[in-house]
Amino acid sequence: MGPGAGLVNYLSEAVVWLNDPLNWTNPGGLLDRLSEHLQISFWAVLIGCLVGWPIGIWLGHRGRGGSAVITFANLTLALPTLALLTILPLTPLGFGKPPVVAALAVFAIPPLLSNAYTGVRSVDSEIRDAAKGMGLSGSQVLLRVELPLAVPYLAAGLRTAAVQVVATTTLATFVNGGGLGEIISAGFGLGISVGGNQIVAGGLFVVLLALAVEGVLALVQRLVTPRALRAARRRRPTAATPAG
Amino acid sequence: MSFLSWGPAAAALSGAVPLAAPADDGPGNPWFSWQYVRDNAETLRDALEFHAGLTARAVLLALVVALPLAVLAYWIKPLTGPILALSGVLYTIPSLALLALLAPAVGTTTDTSVLIALVLYALLVLVRNALTGLSQVPDEVRDAATGMGYGRFGRLLRVELPLALPGIMTGLRLATVSTVALVTVGSLIGQGGLGDLILGGFRNNFYKAEIVTGSVLCLALALVLDLLLAGIGRLLTPWARGRAS
Repeated sequence: MGPGAGLVNYLSEAVVWLNDPLNWTNPGGLLDRLSEHLQISFWAVLIGCLVGWPIGIWLGHRGRGGSAVITFANLTLALPTLALLTILPLTPLGFGKPPVVAALAVFAIPPLLSNAYTGVRSVDSEIRDAAKGMGLSGSQVLLRVELPLAVPYLAAGLRTAAVQVVATTTLATFVNGGGLGEIISAGFGLGISVGGNQIVAGGLFVVLLALAVEGVLALVQRLVTPRALRAARRRRPTAATPAG
Repeated sequence: MSFLSWGPAAAALSGAVPLAAPADDGPGNPWFSWQYVRDNAETLRDALEFHAGLTARAVLLALVVALPLAVLAYWIKPLTGPILALSGVLYTIPSLALLALLAPAVGTTTDTSVLIALVLYALLVLVRNALTGLSQVPDEVRDAATGMGYGRFGRLLRVELPLALPGIMTGLRLATVSTVALVTVGSLIGQGGLGDLILGGFRNNFYKAEIVTGSVLCLALALVLDLLLAGIGRLLTPWARGRAS
């Protein structure tokens, strides 16, 4: 097979692979791996929210810790996902899904935390003063004024974190952690000449999943953003980092 | 206790594993061992060199492509939206999936497929930041440059690009740091530099010293390159020093 013919076959073979219903329903097939993938991602994002949001909201409310947030985000940027994925199973967390979820949650925290921080921080100080003038206590200002105004930022952070986690869950295959990455690495296990179609099909499927999650959460973000704020904030507050 | 006994000491006794087991570094499988570093200095150096070289090639290639793209988007305003939107979509593509799409087409005997993936990711960061830097050049400065007789290219080279340098350097630092981390994904096809060490350690009976040494070197490389670029940025923009503090 020449390189030209290879390129033509490249996509059509992947489509043929995706068209075989057995590749979907087999044990360890696409459906199995998809549900595994979504479960791992769900727990990682949930843990990320439970850790990142309270800390970010609290720091934003107190109005300090901004530089610590940035330092933490930069540190996780430099930390390879592969390092955490391989180190955590050797800690008391043990093997299996928990270390994978924990590793991915670590990378979900920075966008959630920094967006929560920015969201609360960027509430107009005049609004905050007015709330205080109306006799609201510190926690009432937080719950009734700052949090509702920060909801669009929280949604933006959720979108960034979720897309990133869904992308990174693919790497779980490096430590046999399951998910759609297993389809790709099983293809590499067969060798490129035999498993090439499976590799490309797996890659395509993961790309479509990531784009679907991005689309759904973009819609969610739009729904929870009050109309008046939509035009002002077209761009996402913080960009995602590529899954590494 | 159970998995300590299948650690590298046991593996080395059986003679199956060529890597030196830490003989005098406590029982079983320590998190870090100088013995390992000494015995595998050459492997470590090779992996580090490969990692740094791949990072440098990817970032430089990306920079060469990104600057003209950013200038194009800056000059031709209708292109700005599509270029940024495309970068947003490309950013959501998982690195492993991108590698899976590239590797069968390009082959796995060289690091080309990893390089292409790295360039694509670095490109997006660089274009975004360069464009931000360029569009932050104040209108008055642009008008003054035009008034002094600068043409489009002269203004770009002498006024706009120098003023956009802080933005470009920020992008360069972000791209470099994330590329160092991203190279490890290349270990899927054995082209991951220090990532090959990390994954190799995991597959080699969970050899903790190898995993941790690879990870630490990765972090150190990112830190060193980041500081280096920060220093270069300071040298290139002497006028920004007073304002920074």
